[in-house]
Amino acid sequence: MNLRRTWAVARKETLHVARDPRSLALAIALPVLMMLLYGYALRLDVDDVPLAVWDRSGTPQSRELVARFSGSRYFRVGGIRGGYREIEQSIARGDVLAALVIPDDFTAKLAGAGGAPVQLLLDGSDSNTATVVLGYAEIVTQRYSGDVRLRMAAAAGVALPREPLAFRPRVWFNEEMTSRNFIIPGLIAVIMMVISAMLTSLTVAKEWEQGTMEPLIATPLQPSELVIGKLVPYFALGMLDVLLCVAAGELLFQVPLRGSGALLFGMAAVFLVGALTLGMLFSIVAKSQMLATQMAMVMTFVPGFLLSGFVFPIWSMPVPVQAATRLIPARYFVSLLRGIYLKGAGLSVLAGEASLLVLFGVVVVGLSIRKFRKKLE
Amino acid sequence: MNGGSEAPAVVVRELTRAFGEFVAVDRVSFTVARGEIFGFLGPNGAGKSTTIRMLCGLLSPTSGEGTVAGFDLRTGAETIKKHIGYMSQRFSLYDDLTVEENIDFFAGIYGVPADRKGERKDRVLRMAGLLERRASRTAYLPAGWKQRLALGCAILHDPPVLFLDEPTAGVDPLRRRAFWELIHEMAETGTTVFVTTHYMDEASSCDRLGLIDGGKIVALGTPEELRNRFMKGAVLEVRTSRPEDAAVLLETFPGVRSAALFGNTVHAVVDDPGAAASVASLLSTGGLADATVVPITPSLEDVFVSLVEGGRPDGVPGGEGTE
Repeated sequence: MNLRRTWAVARKETLHVARDPRSLALAIALPVLMMLLYGYALRLDVDDVPLAVWDRSGTPQSRELVARFSGSRYFRVGGIRGGYREIEQSIARGDVLAALVIPDDFTAKLAGAGGAPVQLLLDGSDSNTATVVLGYAEIVTQRYSGDVRLRMAAAAGVALPREPLAFRPRVWFNEEMTSRNFIIPGLIAVIMMVISAMLTSLTVAKEWEQGTMEPLIATPLQPSELVIGKLVPYFALGMLDVLLCVAAGELLFQVPLRGSGALLFGMAAVFLVGALTLGMLFSIVAKSQMLATQMAMVMTFVPGFLLSGFVFPIWSMPVPVQAATRLIPARYFVSLLRGIYLKGAGLSVLAGEASLLVLFGVVVVGLSIRKFRKKLE
Repeated sequence: MNGGSEAPAVVVRELTRAFGEFVAVDRVSFTVARGEIFGFLGPNGAGKSTTIRMLCGLLSPTSGEGTVAGFDLRTGAETIKKHIGYMSQRFSLYDDLTVEENIDFFAGIYGVPADRKGERKDRVLRMAGLLERRASRTAYLPAGWKQRLALGCAILHDPPVLFLDEPTAGVDPLRRRAFWELIHEMAETGTTVFVTTHYMDEASSCDRLGLIDGGKIVALGTPEELRNRFMKGAVLEVRTSRPEDAAVLLETFPGVRSAALFGNTVHAVVDDPGAAASVASLLSTGGLADATVVPITPSLEDVFVSLVEGGRPDGVPGGEGTE
């Protein structure tokens, strides 16, 4: 590989990028736009669940139970209803996810032997959310129930035995348990996968289509010089995109970056070489700009979103699909970024993923150089 | 084979290239001496570009062999690329780069040493008459200027052999002439120029010519040899007020091989050079009383028309387009 020729390619490719303001603007705006869109829209937290209440009892006791629900951060009382028909309609329309029905003999039965029945009607179409909501409701009602018991015992002058279990959970890495902290690092990885392949998917095919490749392959220029030279400006652009994404995570979403920033950008650099060259490989193989962009979109977008573990946990996938995710480089970048962001993990912990990314880069660069033929047929 | 200074610039034997069933170049053999301007003349689709692309290492030959600058076509394609300049049909430059940036790029690709780059660049800019427009975007240059820039970019490294594929297509006649002056200047300094064309005037100013049609070489020699040796039959020039009618009529006469329009006149190729009088009388009985018929020395175009597929009139080259 001759450095002067590589540099000549890098220089002219940089000029192409700099002289195409529309593509340049897109390359910078698109990742930021995707960060905003997915960062704000994609939330997995179950907070403020809209709850309808039909309080047929209307006593201080029943109102206290309702207050327990509305006072928790998990529920928001979304209206008082007066009958099952109304409740059914609100759930069907999606106005509320659940409804609490307190019978008219609630207060009387509170002190009774069988306990006071309280009904929770739940929209189970989204099973995940329903499970979480059910859990929340159980906690709220159990607390209420316990408090009532304590009060009754105190009134009767009886001491209750102490709780036998003292449960002390401690959440690590994402103490507030906000899904945003989990999503944003993965999102950066997926966005970079998609953007990188898109950035480079035109570059070689364009030269074939415009006829500039023909004089080029009649020169001593070597495939490795062409591939690496062309990579240079897009690599710079890609690193700028990473910087913008990280800045958005920091400033807009307040995701804590616990690990080393240098490691983060270092890993991003390794990933970019592979992802950018993958786009170029599509361009080399397709020789048509249209086909190459489509290949880049299909081959990075779908696996990036579905199989990278960015939203859908890999461990819950069927075993063959889990095996398939091992071929998706975005998967390793997702877990690397999460490790650096949330766990503050260093290279010693992340060495496995890091070396797989290096392997990805080496394979794709090698394949691109091999696939680029200095012939017309 | 090693590249020696004594070896001819181009030698090919039985060179063949097929695309599936279609044989674009069919067992072509010729030699181009060093410092020669060799013209490759033929109609569109005759196999000119395919041949030039094989010689530049862009296409692998299906069969046959050859050397360029002394290096083998099959095993030395990459070495050949260091010793040639190639200008493709579309003078494909980077439109979004300036004149100077295009030159800088090719200087880098050809590995022109830094201490000689400035001088080479100046020479190319001066030769192409682009000194004042060095900072212009290539996209805004007229075709003639682009053509000279493309030539300039192909000779930055002083290649001993230069391949030009229809270098003057779409360029006005004045610029074409200026371009050919450049080609002659380069040949004088020892550069071998291999040029394809379908313009007869350009073909006449080559040192040697190869006529190609349907993938086969139909004639090879100096323009002079081609005019004298390869002409089958004699040429009669017919002048009349209705040349189109005369051409149609002439085709029907016995002893007339072909008739084709040449400007306002008609050239008829006949078996017998002494047929002028009988042809004139036949034309006059055919309703063209004003026709005058004189035998003339055949031009290259006559040779071409007579050789290319038995002189079919639409075989006359001269149209635009690519192969």
